[in-house]
Amino acid sequence: MTNGHQAKGFEEQPHAGLAVPFLDVDKIIGDRETKIIICCGSGGVGKTTTSAAIAVRAAEAGRKVVVLTIDPARRLAQSLGVGELDNTPRPVPMIDTAAGGSLDAMMLDMKGTFDDVVIAHSTPEKAGAILQNQFYMALSSEFSGTQEYMAMEKLGQLHNEAEAHGTWDLIVVDTPPARSALDFLDAPEHLSSLLDGRFLRLLLSPTRGPLRLMSAGFSVMAAVMTKILGTQIISDVKTFVRAFEALFGGFRQRATATFKLLSSRHSTFLVVATPQHDALREAAYFVDRLTEEDMPISGMVINRVHTSTLAISPERALSVAEDLADTSAVLEVEALRRHANLMRLIETETRMMERFASARPGIARTQVQSLPTDVTDLVALRRVGTLLADKD
Amino acid sequence: MTPRHTLHIVSGKGGTGKTTMAAGLACALASSGRRILLCEVEGRSGISELFGVPPLTGAEERRISRTPAGGTVYGLAVDAQDALIEYLDTFYHLSIAGRALDRFGAVDFATSIAPGLRDVLLTGKVYEAVRRKIKNRPNAYDAVVLDAPPTGRIARFLNVHAAVAGLAKVGPVRNQADSIMRLLRSATTAVHFVTLLEDMPVTETEEAVAALRPTQIRIGTVIENMVTPTPLGHHQLQSAAAGSVILKVPGLTIKQNQALASEFAIETARTLQEQQCHDRLTTLGLPLIQVAFDLGGIDEGAILAIAEQLTDQMSLEAA
Repeated sequence: MTNGHQAKGFEEQPHAGLAVPFLDVDKIIGDRETKIIICCGSGGVGKTTTSAAIAVRAAEAGRKVVVLTIDPARRLAQSLGVGELDNTPRPVPMIDTAAGGSLDAMMLDMKGTFDDVVIAHSTPEKAGAILQNQFYMALSSEFSGTQEYMAMEKLGQLHNEAEAHGTWDLIVVDTPPARSALDFLDAPEHLSSLLDGRFLRLLLSPTRGPLRLMSAGFSVMAAVMTKILGTQIISDVKTFVRAFEALFGGFRQRATATFKLLSSRHSTFLVVATPQHDALREAAYFVDRLTEEDMPISGMVINRVHTSTLAISPERALSVAEDLADTSAVLEVEALRRHANLMRLIETETRMMERFASARPGIARTQVQSLPTDVTDLVALRRVGTLLADKD
Repeated sequence: MTPRHTLHIVSGKGGTGKTTMAAGLACALASSGRRILLCEVEGRSGISELFGVPPLTGAEERRISRTPAGGTVYGLAVDAQDALIEYLDTFYHLSIAGRALDRFGAVDFATSIAPGLRDVLLTGKVYEAVRRKIKNRPNAYDAVVLDAPPTGRIARFLNVHAAVAGLAKVGPVRNQADSIMRLLRSATTAVHFVTLLEDMPVTETEEAVAALRPTQIRIGTVIENMVTPTPLGHHQLQSAAAGSVILKVPGLTIKQNQALASEFAIETARTLQEQQCHDRLTTLGLPLIQVAFDLGGIDEGAILAIAEQLTDQMSLEAA
């Protein structure tokens, strides 16, 4: 945080004038300079729903939108028309195009994206060799960072297509459920360093270069690694890297370009959370990391915030419920108890959000109230969009 | 007599309270004089956060809680790279070399290029903790609770045999995979699923149960978390949810009564949805238990309250 004094003041007087700036989603959507919106957050906070709702709202406000989802719930996917995992953006039916906008949706096919890159950037024989390689198969379908890497790769592709053909003017990205915060920022670097790392270079040519002095100790280690991993894997890796080498520079370049794009003023990050301790802790991590990396962060979307239109305190509700306990007013008693629970929950959630705001002042926020039913169709997505855009 | 479970594996969709429930289970098992190890494998420092203690690092097994019943809970954050270095030390006496090679990225390389190796190393460490013996005791720990990967990854994570299929055909990792699999399939191991009574987590639970069945690993209990109990019957709930109930709370204005009724309609609609989800879970034919929603948020007191609910409903054989 740049303003230490301010932050300190907030901590001492958590309730004094703690005005959390409002995250104006419509302003972000309306700004034609916004070309990429990235929704990140921990698992189970409604990231996919938020991405889809923003995409629908932007499309109906006149933007030409493509939404890249990672792992949508089946029914939501169906309502967006991306039930098929085929890596191709398809138009979402029933979108109101009166304002001149459109909406395409696609679901990331991690392995398909990787295969496409290999095919597009190498000769047919080389591509064939890579695609058949056992190590490549494991890497493209199981390596923990591949999904993140491919999400970035796909984002880069969509962006290029958007720039070249004007197909879209806004890309909304749902990020993979991160194992740890911001895996998708780190994964390309991790994969790069892995395939370009010292160990691999030693493995490929242990007797050359400035590292040859290490080669005696290294060969012991390499022997052990071979014992653990098996000769097959090691030789698969060697073949793979040789075939992949020419391609790899391009991979790295594109990852760097995408990273740059994400840091530019054309991109913006939304951190999605729910008003629970765990989710907010993860959100704090995301906010801090994005700030550290100088990424453009617009603010936080807090989903599933409970609300009540009945201003009766939990204490009063419970005491009335107690008075009625021995009467036949069973429904009244239950309704009052439920109301008391709801009010307590609201208190807890408010406290959690206040704590977050006082530790990270200046982070804009919008709240989406808890909905009674699952969001599985376009109507519900529009409703979420309205709640997102409305001042709380 | 049912055999005592010594390894409890807890999975669940993100956001269902999987870590909290694993912690609650560890506390529930920590009755008088017992020592329980609570492990996590995803590098999220969930355990230390939950108990409000400094992060668990390296291979450190630290006491994180003493239960009112007089048992002890220890915490361990298993890390694949540390586990590999430990391996190199145990089987090749390469501890120092292992660390040196870590600088070359060899350890990262090995655990990354073979995702299966990673899972074997993680489960291998848990296996070691379950089987570890110390002086005067049959086991170092009376039970081990694993805060496992989420439902989407659990079957692959536990299917150690498939994981090592692409690895060396001989050697300690291979041999250990067999031992790990034997432990996982034994009657003393159980996988529990934590779910909310909502469509998505229930669907994921159903899928995970189906994916786990061919592995022959036993499924223990499905824990329905954050449940709101109700004394109302189905018809009462239905009419309330339909908004056809007129509430007459004395002292409240007509408007307030109406507001209460529409709030109640939403609440009861949610309860009906929860009951539908519960019915779906019933068809799995597994023991189901419920943990009530804790309004106060999660702290050590809440974990102990959850432990109490688990003790009451699960036959934990915590002699």
